[in-house]
Amino acid sequence: MSITPERLTHLRRLEAEAIHIMREVAAEFKNPVMLYSIGKDSSVMLHLALKAFYPSKPPFPLMHIDTTWKFREMIKFRDDTAARLGLQLIKHTNADGVRDNVNPFDYGSSVYTGIMKTDALKQALTAHGFDAAFGGARRDEEKSRAKERIFSFRTQNHGWDPKNQRPELWNLYNARIKPGESIRVFPLSNWTELDIWQYILVEDIPIVPLYFSAPRPVVERGGQWIMVDDKRLPLGEGEVPEIRNVRFRTLGCYPLTAAIESEAATLEEIVAEMLVARTSERSGRLIDHDEAGSMEKKKREGYF
Amino acid sequence: MTALGKIDTSVFTEYLATHEKKSLLRFLTCGSVDDGKSTLIGRLLYDTKLIFEDQLAGLEKDSKRFGTVGEEIDLALLVDGLQAEREQGITIDVAYRFFTTEKRKFIVADTPGHEQYTRNMATGASNADLAVILIDARKGILTQTRRHSFIVSLLGIKHVVLAVNKIDLMAYSQSVFERIHEDYKAFAADFGFESLQAIPLSARFGDNVLERSPSMAWYDGPTLVEHLETVEIERNLWEKPFRLPVQWVNRPDLNFRGFSGTIASGVLRPGDDIVVAASGKTSKVRSIVTYDGELPVAGADEAVTVTLEDEIDISRGDVLASPVSRPEVGDQFQASLIWMNEDELLPGRPYLLKIGARTVTATVTDIRHKTDVNSFEKLAAKTLKLNEVATVNIATQAPIAFDAYAENKATGAFILIDRISNLTLGAGLIDHSLRRASNVHWQALEVSKAARAEIKRQKPAVLWFTGLSGAGKSTIANLLEKKLLSLGYHTTLLDGDNVRHGLNKDLGFSDADRVENIRRVAEVAKLMTEAGLITLVSFISPFRAERQMARELLETGEFVEIHVATPLAIAEARDVKGLYKKARAGEIPNFTGIDSPYEAPEAPEIVVAEKGEAPEAEAERIFQWLFDNGYLPVEPNYVI
Repeated sequence: MSITPERLTHLRRLEAEAIHIMREVAAEFKNPVMLYSIGKDSSVMLHLALKAFYPSKPPFPLMHIDTTWKFREMIKFRDDTAARLGLQLIKHTNADGVRDNVNPFDYGSSVYTGIMKTDALKQALTAHGFDAAFGGARRDEEKSRAKERIFSFRTQNHGWDPKNQRPELWNLYNARIKPGESIRVFPLSNWTELDIWQYILVEDIPIVPLYFSAPRPVVERGGQWIMVDDKRLPLGEGEVPEIRNVRFRTLGCYPLTAAIESEAATLEEIVAEMLVARTSERSGRLIDHDEAGSMEKKKREGYF
Repeated sequence: MTALGKIDTSVFTEYLATHEKKSLLRFLTCGSVDDGKSTLIGRLLYDTKLIFEDQLAGLEKDSKRFGTVGEEIDLALLVDGLQAEREQGITIDVAYRFFTTEKRKFIVADTPGHEQYTRNMATGASNADLAVILIDARKGILTQTRRHSFIVSLLGIKHVVLAVNKIDLMAYSQSVFERIHEDYKAFAADFGFESLQAIPLSARFGDNVLERSPSMAWYDGPTLVEHLETVEIERNLWEKPFRLPVQWVNRPDLNFRGFSGTIASGVLRPGDDIVVAASGKTSKVRSIVTYDGELPVAGADEAVTVTLEDEIDISRGDVLASPVSRPEVGDQFQASLIWMNEDELLPGRPYLLKIGARTVTATVTDIRHKTDVNSFEKLAAKTLKLNEVATVNIATQAPIAFDAYAENKATGAFILIDRISNLTLGAGLIDHSLRRASNVHWQALEVSKAARAEIKRQKPAVLWFTGLSGAGKSTIANLLEKKLLSLGYHTTLLDGDNVRHGLNKDLGFSDADRVENIRRVAEVAKLMTEAGLITLVSFISPFRAERQMARELLETGEFVEIHVATPLAIAEARDVKGLYKKARAGEIPNFTGIDSPYEAPEAPEIVVAEKGEAPEAEAERIFQWLFDNGYLPVEPNYVI
């Protein structure tokens, strides 16, 4: 076999970079955790963790912040995955939010996300005393993410200060923190959406079936298809769910995640469809549309 | 919301196969304010069709609010991410962008041009193989151009594109372009660039970015994208000697012990001989283990786990290397250092140094010279400020394995971290080992510290009194020493004022000199401890970092930090030497507690005089503490 720089394709270099990052975290932190959101990026991140520590298992638990509004198929996939790999899975829900029946309809997406996702995450990180948390965010997703470090420092209140980030050079990550502070770690920082899909294809990584087209009950709202995943979705007057062939490019809470009409039922078809698509993936996430700088604001407050 | 319909994937199979085999080029863009960096990257994303329609809609909305180009879409807004930057119209942090063409995938670091953000440029350059240096055709080469080129060269980037932007505003003039190109070649001659491609372009209108410009028929070179797609980046890491910094010891059960890390350079095969650089222990590679099976060979940039034939001691931070071409192992070396923090670098102050997977305590022992990044002049310096670059000597507390940065970036680069704030303070590039490390050997001593202490029937210790001027440090220390001496213990006392008359008479009161003052005293106290003495040190010693250094010079338990915590108001009211009065009058600059900070100990062994208690009682308290904690273990020689 010839040894040339071309031997390592861009995907293999991204893979090696992510593995390097994960090993640094395992070696430098006392109590790391992997935020597992069940989506395709989390699936890739988990797959990379299996590679990074093989033949050992990843030396940290997975944690899912359950808003209680996730698609049922996501929850099943989550539990099956943890069982199949024999990994510890921590599930956390904001009990205060459940008590107050916080939902996306009565509270609006912004307040709901703040309570059931951001607050819930902060509660769980504090309760378990995690000093490092892996997240699957990528720099190509959104403008404020493009400037985030791979090791992103958080204060004791889980806040992020974009003006005061530590310089990050070469592959030398500064993992030093004081008690109560933490680092969010983004091993997929340099991946694009296309890289993620290609890697899933090449590595044959299991993903939630919702990414593939199937006949599903949906209603049309604000020009987008919302899936009627259970009886909790309030239907407007005259609103009748219809069955359409749809799939999801991104997964979150079902009332906040729009489906696209699609016939793509295999990985190859998904990637092919993506290459001709003209809409970026986060547009399916309703929370980004509030105002310019909305993601930066959420991140300063501790959103992932 | 229209469905795309069933797609025939066969047409994509070939595309995907091509894309999967693409190589990766990481580059950075640098330029001065308004040279159009962000616009150029926006243009690259736009022309390579990576701007999606909804982002474009957001862009049109934003352009109306913040835009600087009138009615057109302002492409720069696409990449200026943080809200503060958008409102100020400048880029203040490194942003990473991604685009792809038929031939390559690109990761772009967009780095700011402002002087105060030079550290961000070095950050962007650290992972780049190529730099695009922007020049405004109207302005030609500016001071910032020189600075950017210097940093690019310092970080070891060998390939440069000189993008002469806004050529449209100079009527697409060939002579303007050629003059700038010639000027640049002249001053960049010493930078060691292997390739330098000058391209006249207009980011705003797209001339010579992706498409060849119809307005510049005189230009027969490649467009920017053509050049980026084809420039040969010879990283040749595979031909260099094998290096593997061990990140993590992989031990799932008693039957498996592997060493995980990313290969920094060279190749590795089962059966190869390796050496652990620091210990010199050798073994052979048994297997290269990955999740996807064992590998017959692995090379630089690959993240692997290696098992060896022999059970030898290896832990995180060790470097596995080729035995025939080993890295340097030493505790002193010369390096270039880029300072990245508001707090200045102080020679003698201990910092944490991270190189590969190894973190050790290190000090800058000497600033040989700093380099003016604009004129490249070499200047004398006692400290380094934010964004300054210098050549320094560094000493580490323990030997580390390293190569010259020019030979191997992965084993020649380091960062410095503050031990108290944990901030990343600086970035370093190792030039070469200082042979002193290997030539000045420790002299093995026949008589040990323990033996010297034993004959004195005591346990040697350093009683370190710290506190404000006038707090009563020397008074309490004197009383305590008298008591110890009267009981037959062997002591000595180092007093701040007295030492400044002799050993340290060359030092002033700047932060840098204060650090050196304490370093010398700590070393002297250590020698006294070697002699078996109980050493009382009475120094203001205002900085935590230096007291920590003194603590670490000594063995565990030998350092007793005594905080004489008399409040400032009381010390100032006493003003025994009249110094506070002078300081308040501005006659003594850098006076601790007035215009120079005092960092109180976080966990001292003893705190005394918190409310300005009488010195006799406090000396007695310290004596009792020493007795209770086993520092005065043997019966005194004389009983009075």
